[in-house]
Formats: sequence, structure tokens, C-alpha cells
Amino acid sequence: MHWPFIRNLPREFHIDFVRLAPAAAVLSALLIVGSIGSFVVQGLNFGIDFRGGTLLEVQAKGVAPLAELRRALPAAGAHDAQVQAFGSPDSAMLRFRTEHENVQEAQAVKEHLAARFPDMQFKRMEVVGPKVSGELMTSGFMALGIALLLMLAYIWFRFQLQFGLGAVVAVFHDVILTLGLLSVTQIEFSMTSIAALLTVIGYSMNEKVITFDRLRENLRKYKTAPLREVINRSENERLSRTLITGSTAILALAGAIFLGGPVLFPLVSTMVFGIIIGTYSSIYVALPIILLWGVKRGDEPAEPLKPANVRP
Amino acid sequence: MMKLSRWKVTATLLSVIFGILFSLPNVLPQSTLDALPGVFPKQKLNLGLDLQGGSSLLLEVDTNALRAEKLTNLIEDVRKTLREEQIPFTDLATVDGEVSVRITDPGQLGQAANLLRKAVGTALPGAAGGRDVNLSTPGDQRIRIAFVPEALNTEASAAVAQSIEIIRRRVDELGTREPTILRQGVNRIIVQAPGESDPQRLRDVIGKTAKLTFQMVDDSVSAQEAAAGRVPPGSVLMQGDEKEGGIYLVRRRALVDGGMLTDAQMRFDQQTGQPVVTFRFNGQGARRFGDATSQNVGKMFAIVLDGKVISAPRIINPITGGSGQITGNFTEQTANDLAVLLRAGALPAPLEVIEQRTVGAELGADAVRSGAISLAIGGVAIIVFIVLAYGLFGTFAALALVTNVLLIIALMSMTQATLTFPGIAGLILTLAVAVDANVLIYERVRDEAHGGRTPIMALETGYRRALVSIIDANITSAISALIMFQFGSGPIRGFAWTLLIGVITSVFTAVIITQVLIGWWFRRVKPKTLPIE
Repeated sequence: MHWPFIRNLPREFHIDFVRLAPAAAVLSALLIVGSIGSFVVQGLNFGIDFRGGTLLEVQAKGVAPLAELRRALPAAGAHDAQVQAFGSPDSAMLRFRTEHENVQEAQAVKEHLAARFPDMQFKRMEVVGPKVSGELMTSGFMALGIALLLMLAYIWFRFQLQFGLGAVVAVFHDVILTLGLLSVTQIEFSMTSIAALLTVIGYSMNEKVITFDRLRENLRKYKTAPLREVINRSENERLSRTLITGSTAILALAGAIFLGGPVLFPLVSTMVFGIIIGTYSSIYVALPIILLWGVKRGDEPAEPLKPANVRP
Repeated sequence: MMKLSRWKVTATLLSVIFGILFSLPNVLPQSTLDALPGVFPKQKLNLGLDLQGGSSLLLEVDTNALRAEKLTNLIEDVRKTLREEQIPFTDLATVDGEVSVRITDPGQLGQAANLLRKAVGTALPGAAGGRDVNLSTPGDQRIRIAFVPEALNTEASAAVAQSIEIIRRRVDELGTREPTILRQGVNRIIVQAPGESDPQRLRDVIGKTAKLTFQMVDDSVSAQEAAAGRVPPGSVLMQGDEKEGGIYLVRRRALVDGGMLTDAQMRFDQQTGQPVVTFRFNGQGARRFGDATSQNVGKMFAIVLDGKVISAPRIINPITGGSGQITGNFTEQTANDLAVLLRAGALPAPLEVIEQRTVGAELGADAVRSGAISLAIGGVAIIVFIVLAYGLFGTFAALALVTNVLLIIALMSMTQATLTFPGIAGLILTLAVAVDANVLIYERVRDEAHGGRTPIMALETGYRRALVSIIDANITSAISALIMFQFGSGPIRGFAWTLLIGVITSVFTAVIITQVLIGWWFRRVKPKTLPIE
């Protein structure tokens, strides 16, 4: 082994990234169909931020009496009650609604439970009224949409329209797959998930920009080489960076996944998934779209859609 | 580029000093902090409720109640105006949020409309017609009067501003630790009280409207007769409060309301020695109250609090000076309470709690602990990885990263931005992306060096070329952070702000500070090859 370790990486890679693109396209298509399928079948597990209602986090002395809580809640005036273990075995998360969905009723339920389970501690209580939850939902998804549009505009401004579209399609792909993951795992979808999604979008866009920067530079450098070859060359040149940055980011978040507790876990695991999928989609969604569409190169006409036979 | 320009060195040194100085208050014990001279920065990180525990209430001003009250007053204005001019009318009522009245004599319709046009409503600059009401004659001898949309918006907006002020005064009396009271959107108020684990008390204090009005007592029929079913139009039956008891027949129209008071104090009456509440009106209130009391000497008016009569004194003399006193069945305590209530003022409209979040202090402490451990593990993982990968250059990047963390903490402390639990995850990702900038630079430098450039040229070109990608990439991150900040609420805004500060400091530390460090190293060592080649 050489020190520093970076010296062990080969100076040049010769991987034919583009060759795998059709297989990747099939994979992506399958994953997207799967995600949408999961949406249709079970949807997202919306938390109280978006559904409205009350959330109580409780801690019992010893093991949390989940079954008894389940029985006690309807008696206390709670509708639609869900009780589940949360983090450690002595903790539970209760979610419920009340008749008029107001704070006073939720407070009454809490007091009823406090009287029934005197040893239990109430560590967190959140009540979100129906009006607020509707607005949070709208503003959350609006934020996602606007973020995508602004980034499209920025990339269009800095590169060409094809790049912008390639980037946005790729980021869309990432968003759908991330939502798909949240739907399949039924991780609670809260305002924090929107933040996680926006971070995933930010990271993924970041990847696209760096991919495109290298591609644009090489397009100028190798004016006559076929697009496919330029793409392969750019990706090989960039590979060491992709590997190092990706693994750094995942390593950094690993601590938070295992030690961040049940609150951070959904956020951080979504981020980690986003980092992986964002790296993948740069190479196998954004670039193939550009390859299919072709790019303007200097004064030449746009690159025709012919398959290149030359391998690097 | 690799030349050590003076500004880069200065910026590096200044940023390190700034970072240390402004993040220091977070680790020093409070006693040391107090002993330091005043110029020294003392602000600590502002932890979100999810990290320090506390309560947050989102309140909404009930604009429907506001509108209903405006309509009630408008109806009474119309009734008074028409009666004074002796124009007979019927069917005075609110219909679809507008006031509608039918003039009995078709010949008087035009006259009535002109009269009302001048007499009702108030001037509202900016509204069509310059008044806050719109008058129309839809036929069938009817006149309809509606508030222009701006009038209600102006009213709601003023109501929110006023409510914030009143809540602040009330919460201050509670002695709650540094509550934050902020307006949110058009008709909402957010109240955050760190440390308060049971918002019950907070809600009680805030939730009381404490709406005070002065209304004339209707003496045309006795309250008992009215209670038997003969309530005259324009009047309403009201209960006396617990101490007062009884029922009163009170005119609907408020002469003056608590909002027009400028001061109220508990005093002892000079003649009787009884506790009384003295009050002073503002200009508008004084005029209205003066007019009303002049016309009604010897009659009774009711002091109404949240729909209950707290006392109904008789008007002995016209009160034209804008001040007066309320005598009643007061003890020193009750007089004082009333004075406090009058001073703090009434909420202009009821407030509804539409969102409440409470985090126990213990849970917050757990979050801080696991957040800090996660951050430490993340930071160490990044540093170990980057040093292993790039050796000396990795160490430079690690030093830049440490400065970056200091700068983020310093800026967050200085701007008093809220650090939330998700914000800690954002911080970890920020560090990873900050290192990405160095990876991009070093990989470029390696490319250039492998391409046959001299070390100095490789560094020069590597930094210059990588900079374009770094800026582009970080602008997209900044866009997503800004959007989160704009649309997010509570914890998300904290998360977004952390990301945004991180983007700025990351670019600076990853590009400038490593450059200075490498520059210094280069000057001393004058290497033939780079350690990462």
C-alpha cells in the first residue's frame, strides 16, 4: 500500500459506462414502476404534520404497555388511534385524532391517560390542526416543485437546455425513488421528510453539476470525438472523486444513522439513500438523456444520434 | 492563484480568530462568561425547542369573530342614523355577510342611501371610494352595505399586531423564560416558550380574550321582562359575572372598547376611601365616551368583559375629559385585577390554538446528546478518511474542515439562528459536501500533475478549474436551502439556515484556507512532486 492511499487508485480508469446504460435504464424503469405501484397500493405514511391529529411520545417504567394503551385510547375519546413502540422498549408513540381536532380535546385525552397510567411520562406532545396540516402539505410539495424549477433554470443558464432537462429528469427520478422507498418502508412522512427530500435534491443536483462541468470541458477539448466517447472519458476522469466524496458522505452520516435515535433515523437514512441514488442517476439518467438528445458543440451542428463504435 | 495574496492570508487568520471567539461562549461556563468584559461575544447557540425542550403554540386570530363584530357595529350605526332622521325601515339584518335594510317609503330610498353613505363606515385610504364600506341599492327598496375586502384585511392585520403586543404583556406577567412571540403569515401568531413543558398555563393566559366594552344598559324594558322573551331589537341579555350576578339588558352597540384605553390604575376614592379603577381614554375613545355620557346622564352603562357584565355604574356626570373612574363592588384585589386587565388590553378577537408542540426537557437533552455524538462521529470519520486518502493535503483539508465547523457555530451563535435536531443532520451533510470541494480540487490537481505539469502549475490549474464546479454545485445547494427556508416551518427553517450558512463557509474554508496552507507549505518545502501525485 502506498501512503497516502489515493496513490493506490489507478491513474486512469477505462470503464465503458455507457455500455451499461440500457441495463440501467431497465433497472430505473423497474424501480420507478415499483415506486409508483407502492404509492398506489399503500401510499405514504403521512405523519400528523400532513394529516393533522395528535402525537404523544410516552415513556413507561419498564416495558411500555402497548396493548393497554391501545385499549385505553378510544375510551379516552381518541379516534383513529395508533400505538407503536418507538426507539427503546419502554417508549411508545401514540397517534390519534379527536372529534373536533382541537388542542383542548387532545389535552383531555392526555390527562385521561395520565390518570390511567400514573407512572408514564409524557415526553412530547404535538397537536396539528386540520387547517395547518393542509397548508403544510401544500407548502411542502410546493417547495419541492419550486426547487426543481429553479434548479432547472440555473442549469439551463449555466449549461444548455439539454443539460437542464437531463438534470431535472434525473432529479425527478431520484425524488420518485426516494418517495418510493418511503412508501415501501412506510417510514413516517413528515415535514422533516420534505427537508430530507430537498437535501437529496440539493445533493443530486450538485452531482449533476459536477458531472456536466467535466463533460462540457471535455466537449470543448475533444471537439470531434463522438459524444459517447466523451461521456465515458469524463466519467472515468471523475470516478475517483465520485468514489471518495460518496463514501465520505455516507461514512459521515453512518454515525447519525446508528446513534441519532428514532427521530433522526428517517431523515438520515433518506439522505444516505439519496446520496447513492443521486450518484447513480448522474451517470445513468442524466448522461444517457444528453446522449440520446445530443448536444450543441461549438459551431458544429448538434451531435447526431448515431451509436459510436469507438471504445476508449 | 497559488501566490499568497495578502487578503487570503488576512481572511484566513481573521476567520479563525472570528470562529474561535464567537463559538467560545458555547463551551465556557456561564460564570466565566459573566466575568468577561462587555465587548466579548456572549451569545450561545440558540437551540430549537426539539433540543432544549419547551412549548410552541401557533395561534390564529378568529377573523370570523372580527367580521361579526364589525357587522354588529355597522347594523347599530345604520339603525341609529335612520332613527335620528326618522326614516322608517324594516328587515335590518345581516344577509350573506352584508348588512341589508328595507326602507318602508320608496320615496325616501335615495335620501336614506345618501345619508348612510356619509354616516356609516370610516375612511380607509387606498380602498375604492375611500371608505371601508360599499353601499348598493339592489332594488325592492333595499339598501345593502358591505365591507370592502381591504377593510377586513386591514382589520385582521391590525388585530394580529395588537394581539402580539397584548400576548407579550400577558406572558411577561407570567414570568415565563424569554418567550418568543412572532407573527406568522397574515393572521397567525407563534408563541414559543423554552423550558415550559406544560403549555396549559400559557394557553390559559393567552386564550382569554379579555375583551372589555362599555355598553349602555337598555332601560326601555326591565331585564326580567326581556328575559321573558321581549328583548328589544338592538339589545341583548347578558349575565353578570360571578361576583356581580344577575342579568342585564344591554344595548348591543359598544360605546367604547378596551382598545381605546391608554391607562388604568387601581386607586382609592378620595371621598369614600373605596377602591376604584381610574382609566384614561385615547382621543377617539374620549370623544365617543364624552358624547355618550353627555347624552345619558343618570342612566346606567355596563362594563362588559368577555360577554359578561362586571359592573354597571350609573353615569353621574358627563365624562368629557377622557378619563374617569369605575366605582363598583370592588375589593382592593378585584380593582387591581381589573386595572391590570385593562392595561394589558383585550385581544381584538379570540385566538384559536391551531398547532401545539411540546417537547420535554429530558427528551431535548437526549436529542442534544445523540446529535452531538452523531456529529462527532461524522466529523471524525470524515477527517480520518480524508487524511488517509490525501495524507498531508488531507490534513490541510481537515484543518479547513475544523475551521468550517467553528465558523458555522460562530455564525449560528452570532445570528441567533435556531439549531434544530434535523439541523444537526444537515450540519453533518454540510461537512461531507465541504470536503467534496477539497476532493474536487485535489483530484484536479492530480490530473494536472499526471498530465505533466510542474507541482506549482498543477496546483494553480487544479484550483482554478475546480473552482467553477464548486461554485456551480454550491449555488444549487443554496437554492434548495433558500427554498426550504422560505416554505418550511419551525425545525425545517433551522435546518435550511444551517445548510445555507454551511454552503457559504464551506466554499470559503475549502478553497481559501487550504490554498493558504498549501501555499505556506509550498514555500517552506519547495517540493519536486506533490504528495498526492
